[in-house]
Amino acid sequence: MTVLAVVLVCSGVFFLLMGAIGLLRFPDFYTRMHAAGKCDTLGSLLLLTGLACFGGIDLASVKILLIALFIFLTSPTATHAIARSAFTRNVPLWTKERAERQ
Amino acid sequence: MQPFFLATSLIILFAVLLTLYRVIRGPAIIDRIIGVNVIGTKTIAVILLTGYLFNRVEFFVDIAVVYALINFIGALALSKYFERRGVEHKGLTR
Repeated sequence: MTVLAVVLVCSGVFFLLMGAIGLLRFPDFYTRMHAAGKCDTLGSLLLLTGLACFGGIDLASVKILLIALFIFLTSPTATHAIARSAFTRNVPLWTKERAERQ
Repeated sequence: MQPFFLATSLIILFAVLLTLYRVIRGPAIIDRIIGVNVIGTKTIAVILLTGYLFNRVEFFVDIAVVYALINFIGALALSKYFERRGVEHKGLTR
């Protein structure tokens, strides 16, 4: 059980770190949101499942699994709402021609 | 097991530091919103790791539940507000 928890926590931390690097390096808003939304959801889901595996089955681990379910539902919703508000307000997209022109 | 939790928390805090650069230097307001949302999700993991570090998970897990709720509602409210008000973007020209 502990080995499974350590593997889950390490993979979750890997995804969170890759999401942070993507948020730092990508050129425009929509690609940054692509990195942030997906890597953040999967990484925190793996990390919270691993943390719930540590203590065995008790009330705290059930609550941690409920937090993981909540994040799995709400993090894509929040990402979608922010991307929608950017798209309705005409935030420009990155294209190769525009990047070469500047 | 405590050094493992400490090392995991430090790696997550390093990722928060990388995201904080995007929050401070983000070209538009909407980059800052997504950065704050990502930092809030990472903070939930750090709160739970702190609970395991101090052997008090059953107290810290309630704080993590409240933080997840506040993070979601804050992101929704900010996106609705800036959808109505408009976002200024100076980095790329249309």
